[in-house]
Amino acid sequence: MSTSTNLVTSVGAFSAEAFALALESHKGLPSWWLERKEAAYKQFTSLAYPSATDESWRFSTRSGFKLDGFLATNSPATTAAKDIGLPGKPALTFVNNSLTESNPVDQALTQKGLVVSTLKQALKTHSEVLKAHFMAQDQRLGSAKFAALHTAFINDGAFIYVPKGMELKTPITIVHSASGANTAVFPHTLVITEENAQVSVIDYFVSDSTSAHFCCGANDLYAGHGSKLNYVGLQNWSTLDLCLQMNSTVVKRDARAQSLNLHLGGHQARHESLSQLQAPGAFSEMLALTIASGEREFDQRTLQIHQAPNTKSDLLYKNVLQDKARTIFSGLIVVDQDAQKTDAYQSNRNLMLSDSAEANSLPGLEIQANDVRCTHGATTSRVDPEELFYLQARCIPEAKAHELLVFGFFEEVLNRLEDDELHAALRTIIQSNFN
Amino acid sequence: MASSLEIKNLHVSIGDKEIVKGLSLTVKTGEVHAIMGPNGTGKSTLSKAIAGHPDYTITSGDVLIDGKSILGIEPDERARAGLFLAFQYPAEIPGVSIANFIRAALQAKMGEGEELDATAYYKKLYQKMDMLQIDRKFTSRAVNDGFSGGEKKRCEILQMAMLEPRFAMMDETDSGLDIDALRIVSDGVNQLKGDALGVIMITHYQRLLNYIVPDHVHVMWDGRIVKSGDKSLALELEAKGYEWVKKELIKA
Repeated sequence: MSTSTNLVTSVGAFSAEAFALALESHKGLPSWWLERKEAAYKQFTSLAYPSATDESWRFSTRSGFKLDGFLATNSPATTAAKDIGLPGKPALTFVNNSLTESNPVDQALTQKGLVVSTLKQALKTHSEVLKAHFMAQDQRLGSAKFAALHTAFINDGAFIYVPKGMELKTPITIVHSASGANTAVFPHTLVITEENAQVSVIDYFVSDSTSAHFCCGANDLYAGHGSKLNYVGLQNWSTLDLCLQMNSTVVKRDARAQSLNLHLGGHQARHESLSQLQAPGAFSEMLALTIASGEREFDQRTLQIHQAPNTKSDLLYKNVLQDKARTIFSGLIVVDQDAQKTDAYQSNRNLMLSDSAEANSLPGLEIQANDVRCTHGATTSRVDPEELFYLQARCIPEAKAHELLVFGFFEEVLNRLEDDELHAALRTIIQSNFN
Repeated sequence: MASSLEIKNLHVSIGDKEIVKGLSLTVKTGEVHAIMGPNGTGKSTLSKAIAGHPDYTITSGDVLIDGKSILGIEPDERARAGLFLAFQYPAEIPGVSIANFIRAALQAKMGEGEELDATAYYKKLYQKMDMLQIDRKFTSRAVNDGFSGGEKKRCEILQMAMLEPRFAMMDETDSGLDIDALRIVSDGVNQLKGDALGVIMITHYQRLLNYIVPDHVHVMWDGRIVKSGDKSLALELEAKGYEWVKKELIKA
């Protein structure tokens, strides 16, 4: 096992020297930030790579998670962000970890306390808020090492703060892109909704398709009491990229968080999503759609933790598999002892469009309370021949019928979105990726 | 000129088992034929095989529309040739709305390069839905997904009304319907009836035939038509029961 030995010791280009350089460029930012980065770098170097016995990496192609060859320094941006097919203009656009473009949000709202800024800016204006929320939750899904790398090397990201009672009607879009051979990017979006606030945020991830990148991103979502936080992560990295995205969602009393992650890109893409229901009435809806084709691997790990009574979580992850693609879904529902009246749901559905594709599903429950309702399940199926015949019996040719059924499979998830315009935009993006 | 659907000495198997054993029937547009018979006699197999279901093998015989065989072509091509099967158990299609589904069907029926007029489409769709007393909210519901038995059957007739086939095979359209739903469905079919449509109604009860009056009634037994007559045959059958068929009509 010489390869795995190699993996254990390799930090790739993320050496102590590279880290020192990165830290140098953050001089002048709050000391807690610099200290946290230093601690993170230490953690990154001391933590082992995922091993063969690591349950949270079961079925993953661990050998694919190599840092070798990726660059720790940012190469200059060579491409501008193109039209991404989403409604409105992106508020912030990052290329290779730096802001390249911003479109100011409504001034009337910023005067009332709305903040849409870079993390670097927020470190100056909202240092305490950031300190409390930035990567604040334990990494429980297997990627603590990479989370530490993210914190150590992050250069910038998006900070969205919606003050008490403010309801935003139009979504805020953030574009994160990578460009140039072997670039490593550490995109980050942090969203906070204060009491009874409401916002929709879209992260759009894209990279040039001619070379491989390492995309190691994270987002922190914090839904304060009675607030509503909608998040869409549209992962459209190049099909050559190695991708990891770590999500943490905290939901407070009577708040509602909805996340939809759309996985389209990446050669090997791992997504970890953690929802914590921390006060009565909290609701987290976790949705995902994956289009897996070629010989690509999509690995999704989820955790729904009910920490208070009367909380609800609802997870629906759907994968469509083509060619020799692989998917892994591993989900766990944890219900703490006093989280009575928990209502938790978890469903993973795989639609196989090829005999050579492979879908792995590992649903799990860990319940300490005795008065709960928890349902979980996983299904793997092909296009139903009876459904196909039904459509054909209505004049629709086989290929078109097939397409309608596959889109129908996605539509069940997209229907959960309240924003019709966004729904239509995502449908179009999916269709253009599928054909 | 009337069109014709000719079924000629048709033999149909599922796997190695022969179900339809030499059945012949000619239906012209403007005519309503009822095929009656007990369960397991091959009625549904007949309709599904004609529609082109891949599980059914036609071992011999032919099915022709206006003298042209449809057996060599795909189910969707048969449908575009004017054939419609109203399913006994329509499939549920999650995530595909009724409006989009019927639209895709109509679009498929049209020629290359022809575009469906969306305004006219919705006007017609709503008109047909009103006729069948289907709530307009159903347009955005997924096809048959979570529908009651009666809603599914009405949805079948809605599709038939929109697609305007030349020949409709209605497989146990009356099953699972209460009396009100039966009346609504029958009224719908009666409005669609006319010179341009030929109907094959498959049923094992006479009940439906009180509402949709057939021109011809055929009794099917063990994969064949054993007796044909007019609507009085249905009443006779109802009075005497299928035992009568067994005793009187199966003669070597």
